[in-house]
Amino acid sequence: MKFGVIIFPGSNCDYDAYRAVKDVLKEEVEFLWHQDTSLNDCDCVILPGGFSYGDYLRTGAIARFSPIMQRVVRFAQEGGLVLGICNGFQILLESGLLPGAMLRNQSLRFVCKYVYIRTDGVDTPYTNLCKKHQVLKIPVAHSDGNYFISEQGLRELKDNNQVVFRYCDPSGRMDPAYNPNGALDNIAGICNKQGNVLGMMPHPERASEDILGSDDGKYIFRSIVNFLKKEKGI
Amino acid sequence: MPSFHSSENKKKEYFKATVYVRLKDGVLDPQGSTIKRALGNMGYKGIEEVRSGRVFEITMNSNNKEETEKLLDEICKKLLANPVIEKYNFEIR
Repeated sequence: MKFGVIIFPGSNCDYDAYRAVKDVLKEEVEFLWHQDTSLNDCDCVILPGGFSYGDYLRTGAIARFSPIMQRVVRFAQEGGLVLGICNGFQILLESGLLPGAMLRNQSLRFVCKYVYIRTDGVDTPYTNLCKKHQVLKIPVAHSDGNYFISEQGLRELKDNNQVVFRYCDPSGRMDPAYNPNGALDNIAGICNKQGNVLGMMPHPERASEDILGSDDGKYIFRSIVNFLKKEKGI
Repeated sequence: MPSFHSSENKKKEYFKATVYVRLKDGVLDPQGSTIKRALGNMGYKGIEEVRSGRVFEITMNSNNKEETEKLLDEICKKLLANPVIEKYNFEIR
């Protein structure tokens, strides 16, 4: 089993994701360069957080056209696991692998703090070890996490159970006061129809060890390993 | 004798385009509403709404105006605007 972490110019959570896989999961992992056109047989590709291409134009708008993304799109269409965290989520939205778009945070501020998210979708490769509505404590750090989608799009997301994470209070209740960015319907993370592509604003790699303040992010990484072993026999 | 002066030699024209990208109506604009509030605080009366956006000035050469329009439209759709939240228009000189 091998993970790949893509480095775009401006990625800054690449080493955190690398460490979470290598030292916490104890699985094989390698960096992939944005100019590469091969995924080197990785079974799961992580698009890390950061400020790819300085967030110029729109977050993720330029990274989406980097050579490796053409390969990532094909990999995703073939059913490969693609996890986009924060800026990675924004890149997945721009590339059309996930529906919707990000607006500036309602507060117009960069928000960097621990939040609570409720696991609403547990039948995905990323959450299969979570209980329905399990609350995870994971930090966010972003300026553009105000998720937006058309009414029609939101209905489709709900009908297909694509909303995987929602911001909530510590007990799991959805409350606007616990929505850090104004995201529509408290959406913190969504997957595609097939479930193999997940985008989330919170950073599970920053919450994968006790010493960091929470290790709830491990549920997500361990779910991936569990899925690859059980469903794909890897 | 083969001619080295084929179609490439055809003169291309320079065009200057101004592209406007704005949030679609109904899409929340946190920057616009903050600017509106600030204008109110500064004492300006009657500001009903402020919507923010981006302007791009593009100089390009192409065979004719129709081709320029077609290319700009493609560029806007693919890169300059995100059709989920933004609309665009452009003027060519």
